[in-house]
Amino acid sequence: MHAYLKLDHIDKSFVRAGQTTEVLKDISLTIDQGEFISIIGHSGCGKSTLLNLIAGLTQVTAGAVLLENREVNAPGPERAVVFQNHSLLPWLTVYENVKLAVDKVFSGRKSRAERHDWILANLDLVQMGHARDKRPSEISGGMKQRVGIARALAMEPKILLLDEPFGALDALTRAHLQDSVMDIHARLKNTMIMITHDVDEAVLLSDRIVMMTNGPAARIGEVLAVDLPRPRKRLDLVSDSRYIAAREAVLRFLYERHRLVEAA
Amino acid sequence: MAVPVQKTDNVTALPSPKASAKPAEIVALPARKSEGRGRKIMGRLKGFAATTVPPLLVLGVLLLVWQIGFARPGASLPAPSVIWAEAKDLILDPFFVLGPQDIGLGLRVLTSLERVAVGFGLAAVVGVMLGALVGQSIWATRGLDPIFQVLRTVPPLAWLPISLAAFRDANPSAIFVIFITAIWPIIINTAVGIRNIPQDYRNVAEVLRLNTFEFFFKIMVPSAAPYIFTGLRIGIGLSWLAIVAAEMLTGGVGIGFFIWDAWNSSKLSDIIVALLYIGVVGFALDRLVAAIGNLVTRGTSAS
Repeated sequence: MHAYLKLDHIDKSFVRAGQTTEVLKDISLTIDQGEFISIIGHSGCGKSTLLNLIAGLTQVTAGAVLLENREVNAPGPERAVVFQNHSLLPWLTVYENVKLAVDKVFSGRKSRAERHDWILANLDLVQMGHARDKRPSEISGGMKQRVGIARALAMEPKILLLDEPFGALDALTRAHLQDSVMDIHARLKNTMIMITHDVDEAVLLSDRIVMMTNGPAARIGEVLAVDLPRPRKRLDLVSDSRYIAAREAVLRFLYERHRLVEAA
Repeated sequence: MAVPVQKTDNVTALPSPKASAKPAEIVALPARKSEGRGRKIMGRLKGFAATTVPPLLVLGVLLLVWQIGFARPGASLPAPSVIWAEAKDLILDPFFVLGPQDIGLGLRVLTSLERVAVGFGLAAVVGVMLGALVGQSIWATRGLDPIFQVLRTVPPLAWLPISLAAFRDANPSAIFVIFITAIWPIIINTAVGIRNIPQDYRNVAEVLRLNTFEFFFKIMVPSAAPYIFTGLRIGIGLSWLAIVAAEMLTGGVGIGFFIWDAWNSSKLSDIIVALLYIGVVGFALDRLVAAIGNLVTRGTSAS
């Protein structure tokens, strides 16, 4: 069986004012369908660049991103992105924001009524059906991120890319949304790739955690498989020895072996 | 044992405050409401007075000084009382028609406004398109921006002779002068607005694979709307400046030509009344575009 998503020896460097900065060096990774992958690393290690490469928003310098054996070099709705700062369009209502995506992706395949039902189904999936006529400025940060997730899911993506989706949220809202994402992953069985700074979040949600070394020329330092049974319950895991071990492994990687010197 | 007792206590107690509070509220509400409404009206009146009394006061003082300064016989300009005596009909009845060239100032303003509407409308459409092009494409910026920067400094009236030569008619020439005057701020502001579209919105558009047309109407225009309306507002002001000057030279029934005509027949009072009309209409146009802008961009500013 071949890999669903394959990152094949990717290098990425930016050229700015004649100077070349190497951001990523020799990134290779294969991801199976339905897997939940977290990418963790210190600030500036190129996590977001890696996600943008998979999304097709930036181009690889060398190597290739292969989705079902086809090369990815442009963005598209089969690789939906949940952006860090939600990126909802402020002049559209919650419903219209999702509608923009649904109308574009399903214009030929679904009737108007079907699209309407599909928009509502996705808003209900993230428990935002009640706010469908509100504008983004009228809802909280957590709610905006929920709508962002609904918009991405509504595209029926092969892969859902989450770029630090909960970074700007308070701890309680964050926990709530993590549970929602776990629930959605269990129900829809999508392949998800999430960028995060948060060790607990990574261990709780992921099947595998990809740990990046510090840039410039960041590499994949280690990949940790988290073999905790699903569904996972936050409270049950607190004292689970496998959870504690996984957490420790990530922490040791980040703070012992690849401590960010500048951040001290 | 204590817990269930408390619980039943709560259950029985719950309806009673509701029931007792309801009638009390109904009694109290109208009184409070009318009091609140009265206070609100008073507050609004106060606000209204605060914005209208000072300018009226200043206006009164200015008229008084003017009256005192120019009341003596042989003054170079007419005093307010003289203007009122000589041009009362122009002030009081803007829409009279006494002959093909003897019509009220309101009608003259309307013919000028018609030209502005056509010229400015064209400038708005073409300006937003060109602004979008310049804002979106680095090569369009490099190629067009220097040309725009040179052309936009050309005074409106300098365009008139060449447009008269091109169109061989006064009316289209005047409209062209409006167009060419109003278009620059619209182009430049639109371009700035397009350049300031957040990268996030562009990423959303890319992931959705919006085509150029969809991107223009669904992302660009709404996102740049506040900038576009700033440009439109400057543009309408410049149009109004230009039309009066252009009409002085092209003739016809516009307000600009009226002033020139009045100057030729030494009716200084008429000129001053016409200036008043121009000022008021220009102010109204500016407010109109600003109001439309506020209405349209209501949802865009906050994120």
